[in-house]
Amino acid sequence: MLVRFFLDLRAGGVPVTLPEFLSLLEALDARVASLSAEDFYHLARVCLVKDERHYDRFDRVFAEHFKGAEKLFEAFGVSVPDEWLRALAERVLTEEEKARVKALGGWDKLMETLRQRLAEQQERHEGGSKWIGTGGTSPFGAFGYNPEGVRIGQPGSRHRRAVKVWERREFANFDDTLELGTRNFKMGLRRLRRFAREGAAEELDLDGTISATARNAGYLDLKLVPERRNAVKVLLLLDVGGSMDDHVRVCDELFSAARTEFRHFEHFYFHNFPYESLWKDNRRRQTERIATDQLIRTYGPDYRVIFVGDATMSPYEITMAGGSVEHWNAEAGVVWLQRLTAHFRHFVWLNPEPVERWDHTPSIALTRELVEERMYPLTLAGLDRATAELRRRGTAAPPAVAGTNPLPPP
Amino acid sequence: MKPTRFSGTERYIATPELAMAVNAAVTLARPLLIKGEPGTGKTQLAEEIAATLQRPLHEWHIKSTSKAQQGLYEYDAVSRLRDSQLGEGRVHDIANYIVKGKLWEAFQSDVQPVLLIDEIDKADIEFPNDLLRELDRMEFYVYETRELVKAKHRPIIVITSNNEKELPDAFLRRCFFHYIRFPDGETMRRIVDVHYPGLKRELLAEALAAFFRLREVPGLRKKPSTSELLDWVKLLVAEDIPPEALRGDDAKKTLPPLYGALLKNEQDMHLVEQVMFLSRRAR
Repeated sequence: MLVRFFLDLRAGGVPVTLPEFLSLLEALDARVASLSAEDFYHLARVCLVKDERHYDRFDRVFAEHFKGAEKLFEAFGVSVPDEWLRALAERVLTEEEKARVKALGGWDKLMETLRQRLAEQQERHEGGSKWIGTGGTSPFGAFGYNPEGVRIGQPGSRHRRAVKVWERREFANFDDTLELGTRNFKMGLRRLRRFAREGAAEELDLDGTISATARNAGYLDLKLVPERRNAVKVLLLLDVGGSMDDHVRVCDELFSAARTEFRHFEHFYFHNFPYESLWKDNRRRQTERIATDQLIRTYGPDYRVIFVGDATMSPYEITMAGGSVEHWNAEAGVVWLQRLTAHFRHFVWLNPEPVERWDHTPSIALTRELVEERMYPLTLAGLDRATAELRRRGTAAPPAVAGTNPLPPP
Repeated sequence: MKPTRFSGTERYIATPELAMAVNAAVTLARPLLIKGEPGTGKTQLAEEIAATLQRPLHEWHIKSTSKAQQGLYEYDAVSRLRDSQLGEGRVHDIANYIVKGKLWEAFQSDVQPVLLIDEIDKADIEFPNDLLRELDRMEFYVYETRELVKAKHRPIIVITSNNEKELPDAFLRRCFFHYIRFPDGETMRRIVDVHYPGLKRELLAEALAAFFRLREVPGLRKKPSTSELLDWVKLLVAEDIPPEALRGDDAKKTLPPLYGALLKNEQDMHLVEQVMFLSRRAR
């Protein structure tokens, strides 16, 4: 009973486990719900879904399952490699071109045609107006424009026009990075904790009490010490706007995780690359800026600096004075980055772009060199390595010791 | 005969989904995790369940320094030490120094109680993990007295969260979950009706319109919620603001009267002023 529903939910990306499913059966057995479909829907949701973010997925599976409809897409045996669909560029069509895009008739016909195309097509395709790929005007594929298009493997609509979303779980690569929840980030950031005692005395100091009591001829003399607190200081510098739009979500989560995890936490924004000034409130970036010089003066070298940015831009924006896309910068970005890294010795650069793309983007390679290879992908594994890096630099003696061991006397 | 089903009270409007979630949790004696925007009545729910089903209510409010152990029991070693120096007789029984926590109190209740664990997301990130066995089996072990405390009746546990921290999966698996959606216009009218029955129709309609208009301003840090609306309506009534002041072209272009009850930080106020200013200029 309902086992297929359970399996469908799991296939549909709702993280349901067996005990939860059993408790639904138990609730049905206890007649919690009457025999109406709506009651059953609410009951099933209460038992099986534990996060409001999954409500939508649940709704979709529920609707599909209980309509008794055959799954529309099971018929397609062909799997579409997600490489085809990776968005390298979104072609922006002119109004005129948009007007010329003709919709292909009804939904059924669209699906029928899609099936044929999938069978016919043999390789990755981009642009054009017939094959499935990215950035084209064919009704099939991602990041393109066609008023009646079918989206394949693209979360979040670009033009918000697709008639139906077809998200196959095979394209899970993208989703896997999304699964990186705030909690995971926090667990990752936890490694960075270093404890120190500060604040009001509120914890019993056992050793101190014993010795004080002994001195006090056996009469109790309580000693208190301040509680241990997270003493790591973190400065988060975030790239916003432009190419970072695609990564807003994951950066948001990192930000909220970091903010609650550290007592000393400051954040600043920059656009593409840090120049002579940064800002704190994105809405007032034009009026309220803080000079990078001042930042360096204000926060001591004991702050750990985490840069977050995709470092994807024209290399001139890094190397040349006046290269910034936003304003005239008197000194090149590379100079400012070097000033920052010289002052803050503990720093890492987290890059939300997938690692495979790093080598193909000159500006990433350049930035990576500038940050002394301390660039890590913004994934759990990357975050782990980044915090390990920050910690290692934190506990080790000054770098002068490493590698400059004096030769043993002859 | 005590009522066994929950369907809201005369002071508390519960949607059918919420009632279903509560009844499922009560019937199967599982903890119910309630999330939702601040001010949608999460904490109040536990009080209303206790009132409807006529059960005692135990409240455990979580702070950032709360430890799971505090909910079970604490061993007051310091007063025992002091007593021993003063030569008190009761010092020989360690049980005298075990201070019961909220969970223990709830476990000992002679009728099935309601236990509210309020704002669990405020606590340390490991807090929910430390309560897994207690919530699952409804029992725990007191090491000092070698005693197993078992619940006489599995309490009805209501847990609220504001989503400040994510809760671990193992914890979530043991709970039922309901997300209180922000009420739509119709439910909102019923809620205000319940709280201010004598309210003039006109004023209510205008107040609600202004309220929902304000909620739609994009980028607000803290959208005004039900409890803020109720406060605001109370103020409107107390100040005897006529419905006309909330209506008309001007009302759409300026801040509503007594807006301090609705907007809780200055950034939001600036933002709304800005939006109003722009729409005035566009006219």
